[in-house]
Amino acid sequence: MPRYAALIYGVEASGDASPDVWAKIMDEYNHFGETGGAAGVIAGGEALQETRTATTIQVGGGAKGGDVITTDGPFAETKEALGGFYLLDCKDLDEALHWAAQIPGAWHGRVEVRPVIDFSGSN
Amino acid sequence: MIVPLDDVLRIEGGQVLATLIRLMGDIDRAEDALQDAAVSAVEAWSRHGVPDNPAAWLTTVARHKGLDRLRREARRAPKEAEAARLLTDDEHGSGHDDRLRLLFTCCHPALAAESQVALALRTICGLTTVDIARAFVVPEATIGQRISRAKAKIARARIPYRVPPAHELPERLGAVLSVVYLVFTTGHHAPLGELGSRVDLASEGVRLGRMLAGLMPDEAECVGLLALMLATEARRPARLDAAGDLVLLADQDRGVWEHHAIAEAAAMVETVLRRGRSGPYQIQAAIACLHGVAATWGETDWPQIAELYVMLESRWPTPVVRVNRAVAVAETSGPLAGLALLDELRGTPIERWHLYWATHADFQRRAGDVAEAARSYRQAMACPSNDTDRRFLQRRLEAISEDAVG
Repeated sequence: MPRYAALIYGVEASGDASPDVWAKIMDEYNHFGETGGAAGVIAGGEALQETRTATTIQVGGGAKGGDVITTDGPFAETKEALGGFYLLDCKDLDEALHWAAQIPGAWHGRVEVRPVIDFSGSN
Repeated sequence: MIVPLDDVLRIEGGQVLATLIRLMGDIDRAEDALQDAAVSAVEAWSRHGVPDNPAAWLTTVARHKGLDRLRREARRAPKEAEAARLLTDDEHGSGHDDRLRLLFTCCHPALAAESQVALALRTICGLTTVDIARAFVVPEATIGQRISRAKAKIARARIPYRVPPAHELPERLGAVLSVVYLVFTTGHHAPLGELGSRVDLASEGVRLGRMLAGLMPDEAECVGLLALMLATEARRPARLDAAGDLVLLADQDRGVWEHHAIAEAAAMVETVLRRGRSGPYQIQAAIACLHGVAATWGETDWPQIAELYVMLESRWPTPVVRVNRAVAVAETSGPLAGLALLDELRGTPIERWHLYWATHADFQRRAGDVAEAARSYRQAMACPSNDTDRRFLQRRLEAISEDAVG
């Protein structure tokens, strides 16, 4: 079964959204988790902390063993940032798009669907 | 050879390729296999004669060639699954369904619009990238890139090879119809002489439209689109004069219109409108047919056309539809009524469309305001347009300037 990553982008919550708003969004995600789980489509997924908690590292010199450069961020230049993802097991793109459209992030922001490379050797 | 290979490929190549794509699940593999089969055909057909069913011959041989290739590749990577599929799947399933599947795959919304058109022309119409590039006046490399990018996406993202289920059909069919219509209009608006193209996209559009209407006869808009293209194409012999200049509908020699095509389109429109599911293509087809059956510009059923444009505008509220509606209204209620409809578009991007200003100019001239008309023609010439249209605008401007002097 091919696998797709559904990458959820959206405006980062400032942290002071009302509890009601949070509860509603959580309900929506729970609903997606239940229906997608029951259909056997969801192979995994995580929600990410905000970009202000992110740290970027880069190893200099273009080879292993170079200096490690650590920076705070990135802080999204655009308002939208990657906020989480699901891994979806779907037979083809149409099915993946159908499920991606059920992810609450699709109406609170947008969802990018990317096929996952299969390294298992059959191809 | 009585049936040259080229003709078989031209007429039935799309069908054969579509079947091979279903069997192989990959456009590139199918194309390679068909090419291999075509090479074999040159020798086999000249030695043993052309088979009774050349398309079936090509399909069978291409399928074996595809299998050979897979077996050769299998030494490097396991391809059992694909090989097994080639051995077991039904070669003689409905070829019509295969072409329809291919058309929906080419027009999948996950592909960029310009890739959809290029891929459809390449795989279904069998045009070369050189032909497609010339027809759209873009570099060959660009078309090649669009096609290969689309093919890679179909393969890697697994865009399914199928006709969408009923609940998705309205949206997906819309994309297919607009690709077919885009192919047609690109051809229709491009005078062949100026582009040096060897292919006629207008005929390719009609060909695709015939195929689509034949495959989905219950979809009223498919039939509507075909009728629209036939009725529009029927007037083509009169669109340009001997010098290659644009002739307005009002001034066209209606004797050279292809009246049998107009009659065919009119019959289609009548049948399909009776089903009571009218849509933009059917309405436009009805308008084109009313023009087509009118003996002269003056005898055209303008009230009916104006009414159809109101219907069209309610579904498709585009400025271009408005301009066309204004033309009909000007015929029934005078140029000032037409101008009023145009003036509501002031300040919108339509002001960059040369025909908006040309229509303006024509109404102003008919209302007796020659100075304003001349200004509008100059506005029109400041907008982007092709050489033919530009010459037309220049001639109109000169004509009214002479009137003003004389």
